[in-house]
Amino acid sequence: MASTLFDKLWASHRVTASDDGDDLLYIDRIALHERTGTIALNALAARDLPIRHPQHVFCVMDHIVDTLPGRGDDTQMPGGRDFIVSTRKAARHFGLRTFDVNDPDQGISHLVSAEQGFALPGLTLVCPDSHTCTLGALGTLAFGIGTSQAEHALATSTLRLRKPENLRVRFEGALAPGVFAKDLILKYMAEYGADAARGAAVEYAGSTVAALGIEDRMTLCNLAVEFSAFSATVAPDQTTFDYVHGKPLAPTGAAWETAVAQWRALRSDDDAAFSAEHLIDASRVTPMVTWGISPAQAAPLGGRVPDAQALDTPLGRKALAYMDLKPRQPLAGLPIDAAFIGSCTNARLSDLRVAAQLLKGRKVAPGVAAVCVPGSSRIKREAEVEGLDQVFREAGFAWREAGCSMCFYAGGETFGPGKRVVTSTNRNFEGRQGPGVRSHLASPAVVAASAVRGALTAPTELS
Amino acid sequence: MNAFDTHRGIAVAFLTHNIDTDAIIPSREMKRVSKEGLGEGLFANWRYAAPDDRTPRADFALNQAPTNEASILLSGRNFGCGSSREHAVWALAEFGFRAIIAESFGAIFQKNCIANGILTAEVDTDGIAGLAQWCADDPAQHQLHIDLRARVISGPTGKNVRFNIAESDARKLLSGLDPITETLADVERIDRFEADHLRRSPWVDLSTDDAGT
Repeated sequence: MASTLFDKLWASHRVTASDDGDDLLYIDRIALHERTGTIALNALAARDLPIRHPQHVFCVMDHIVDTLPGRGDDTQMPGGRDFIVSTRKAARHFGLRTFDVNDPDQGISHLVSAEQGFALPGLTLVCPDSHTCTLGALGTLAFGIGTSQAEHALATSTLRLRKPENLRVRFEGALAPGVFAKDLILKYMAEYGADAARGAAVEYAGSTVAALGIEDRMTLCNLAVEFSAFSATVAPDQTTFDYVHGKPLAPTGAAWETAVAQWRALRSDDDAAFSAEHLIDASRVTPMVTWGISPAQAAPLGGRVPDAQALDTPLGRKALAYMDLKPRQPLAGLPIDAAFIGSCTNARLSDLRVAAQLLKGRKVAPGVAAVCVPGSSRIKREAEVEGLDQVFREAGFAWREAGCSMCFYAGGETFGPGKRVVTSTNRNFEGRQGPGVRSHLASPAVVAASAVRGALTAPTELS
Repeated sequence: MNAFDTHRGIAVAFLTHNIDTDAIIPSREMKRVSKEGLGEGLFANWRYAAPDDRTPRADFALNQAPTNEASILLSGRNFGCGSSREHAVWALAEFGFRAIIAESFGAIFQKNCIANGILTAEVDTDGIAGLAQWCADDPAQHQLHIDLRARVISGPTGKNVRFNIAESDARKLLSGLDPITETLADVERIDRFEADHLRRSPWVDLSTDDAGT
């Protein structure tokens, strides 16, 4: 019978099926961070339960760790230090590899997983973090879980799950100048809604996706959770193999050849059936920006906030009030107070290059607070080798240490109540970046162009 | 884990779609490395005057009698979307919620609810609107009764509303058994699978220094 990519990934990890509809799924890799992972470790320790495969687990400090230069265990979040110290202690108790505060390989967990070769095509990987789906870009079946599920995965190397439905999202066509993966996925959500996937496993396919690099595929996969996907994967291809090759935990020698041969079979059969299929004509997508408080409340930057009739719902009214916008208001030219480039969504080397290209020889508009936080310490180092940090600094951006930073507000840093922020992150929820902060999600290019103009601006407008 | 079989209680409705876990508990309210002490942070952005001012907002239902004693929450589509934080569920449980009735749920949030003995009942748009209207008329008298085995919510006289829940989730709620203990009771099947799996794809195994060679 014809199978989809997801069918194959699931079948190769199914330990048993039970008669109530749950499968016991084998979990190859578990990543933990100081925010949610430590609670799981402490719960196991309290029950005196061992981790089945400590070598298949790592801990990283990414969520609460400070991103100011010269950082240590202290954080701007009250009590944050305790999360870091507790994580270190729990990791030592269980003998787990830890990417500590100033480890040269520290970074946002999903990026560390990719950089280390901890995530590989064909593996299952979980982390108590909703953006774990990012790693589907490598052909990994990767998904976010809760703390209780993390405890189960740590103790048993399995999870009990119902196999979700399978949705294929196809992007076809070449991208126009100034349009990036972030614009594609915001366009998709604007069209299909914040619950488009209804818990299904998503496969991204089509000529546009095939032409994207791994880092851009990560952006697509990252935002899948924002339209209620269980997971999102891209079939591994030569682009994937080239990316994975030589990573510290990737197979080498003869094992590499065997692995690639196995990975080449990880694609949906031509006649495989999906529960639904959605299509976006990528050639018609223009730079996008969110105007509301759900990532699906997005529109072309050259467009307007929807009209009053369309917004006459509880969510529509709430969004207008919170964002201080009016129906039919044009989005381009909306003045901003801050610009943020960071997060597991869009703070990889290719993102920083795109932003730096726009910022070179230009200055951030007066009064705009601009911050760049590379996604990992490795990305930061590589960017510095290319001199990108100089470009950011000279333009007026703060250049930070790696971490999740102001993608969310944990009680530490924020741009301040009422401030309008254009941000390369993943969530524009009320209060996500701090009480009263108004977040407009966009690509790093839109963030950079908007920082220069002091108002929402398409990258093509700058030249 | 608490078992769930039947429950009667006061219901409160937040019928907006896409209520996310950042709204259920803002990140700044997750103050300690703990599953406890989170009930106070529940819906903090909507419930209190300001982030640094715990004065209850009189216009918020959880600050009004009798819905301040609600144990059932009614909502729209995609309830609990967003961050995986199980803190959202711990906060709901600590406040006293035992069941969430919605059109659909965020996938991770839904599993977190089951893991903590909170029922997630899926009901269609009209069913929820009907229940919400009836409860709002007189929250103290118009309580809902939920029967998990029958998959029925009894509200307005003579009008039972059917709900959906996956068979496996219903079984977990009814049994209240610890899933880790259950899984480890038959650990041999994991051992057998794993041996085959690692033989087939040896690079999965990082337990030896020569992994991948």
